[in-house]
Amino acid sequence: MSTVKFTEDHEWVLIDGDVATIGITNYAQEQLGDVVFVELPEVGREVAKGDEAAVVESVKAASEVYAPVTGEIVEINDALDETPAKVNEDAQGAGWFVKMKLSNTGELEELMDEAAYNTFTAGLD
Amino acid sequence: MGTQTTEDLLKTPLHGLHVELGAKMVPFAGYDMPVQYKLGVLGEHLHTRNKAGLFDVSHMGPAFLKCTDESLTGDAAHEAVAEALETLIPGDIKGLAPGQMRYTQLLNDNGGIMDDLMVTRSRQPDAQGMLFLVVNAGCKENDFRHIEEKLAGRAKLNRIDQERSLLALQGPEAANVLARFVPEANDLGFMELRRVEIEGERALITRSGYTGEDGYEICVMNGVAEAFARKLLAEQEVEPIGLGARDSLRLEAGLCLYGHDIDETTTPVEAALTWSIGKRRREEGGFPGAQKILGQIADGAPRKRVGIRPEGKGPAREGTEVVDTNGNVIGTVTSGGFGPTANAPVAMGYVTKEFAKKGTPLTLMVRGKPRAAEVVAMPFIEKRYRK
Repeated sequence: MSTVKFTEDHEWVLIDGDVATIGITNYAQEQLGDVVFVELPEVGREVAKGDEAAVVESVKAASEVYAPVTGEIVEINDALDETPAKVNEDAQGAGWFVKMKLSNTGELEELMDEAAYNTFTAGLD
Repeated sequence: MGTQTTEDLLKTPLHGLHVELGAKMVPFAGYDMPVQYKLGVLGEHLHTRNKAGLFDVSHMGPAFLKCTDESLTGDAAHEAVAEALETLIPGDIKGLAPGQMRYTQLLNDNGGIMDDLMVTRSRQPDAQGMLFLVVNAGCKENDFRHIEEKLAGRAKLNRIDQERSLLALQGPEAANVLARFVPEANDLGFMELRRVEIEGERALITRSGYTGEDGYEICVMNGVAEAFARKLLAEQEVEPIGLGARDSLRLEAGLCLYGHDIDETTTPVEAALTWSIGKRRREEGGFPGAQKILGQIADGAPRKRVGIRPEGKGPAREGTEVVDTNGNVIGTVTSGGFGPTANAPVAMGYVTKEFAKKGTPLTLMVRGKPRAAEVVAMPFIEKRYRK
């Protein structure tokens, strides 16, 4: 069974065993506007929680995406290279960024569940 | 501007309309301005290039500069006011025909650019000692003070930024749309001004803009600005366009943004604006920093603004370092982003003169990582000004 968790930096983490699929939330893509480029890390890279894992470029600005958990990049979403707009169309689905093999599942405890995230974003702006 | 609250910000007469249209508002040059509407930056950019976009540019500074000597009329009056303004700028203003407009720069004593501006000669036979100026929002207080001080006794400045609004209608359908309300619009040539009537009030239209498209800048009384904007927006070709797309449109058109691509440390020659300095001014000089600027025209400037095309798809933003193949810093990106029409990243910036030639390979340090790039001709799109 898989569960989805969220960060205060507007990333979502879909957990399936010890592999997590990571992307930015629908709230985040709305704030960013039209995504024109996503710079993704190389497969095999070890990233610690808080490391820069990707960069999302909208027409206007670049935004860093920090790894919400520690682990190894095992897959990246190559489709974003051709169609970065997938991030706007389906941020929490086809617009995923990377898959990571988790090295510390305990970190998941610190993330929010969907209800908590919705409350969090409702309190913003 | 980080500490500024929304309450401190100035509002243009169209502020309520922007909010009603669902614009995302941001602080810009002291004003609360729309950065994008519901269409989004990408959609607004493409809409302007394909049809027509309406911009609120009321934050900018329109003013009239009038010859002080009221005994002068006709060409003599124009000569007097033009001669006064030419002591502050390198553009050929004396040579303007009635109703003709020109892009030029206010210069400091060192030939640095204090602001860039549009100067238009009145078309009316009875108002030949009058020039219409439009300066940038962020510079206007400084510019107007400077012009008033320097030209005291010769020319008088009449600011109209408090009582008039400025709209820009840009894009291939702009002429068709505006002609429905202002029949004279179609007869206007590129960089020409005409006095017209809009909503029963006197207004000025110029066939000009800052997007690389055919279009108009429209100066109307504040009281009718919103009604007229609503009429234009009701036309099926027209969408409201925010500052986000304004920036990407002008970048693709290879046009400078003051405070980014040009400032007090850059001369018009370094900024690749030498074209805006007419033949007579090059021969006669007589503008601030003339010695330096004319020397740079003759011998080349130490650095030059160039178009830069990064390889791949990722944009290179303002502040990105430009290095040569040995890793020596040779310049900086001053504007950069994704060009929606070019469908590629586009940038402009300064490089030392040895690297300014078209086709020169460059390396951009994007977030610490080297990225190949090339010096290219600007604009990045085909300009479609009215011939």
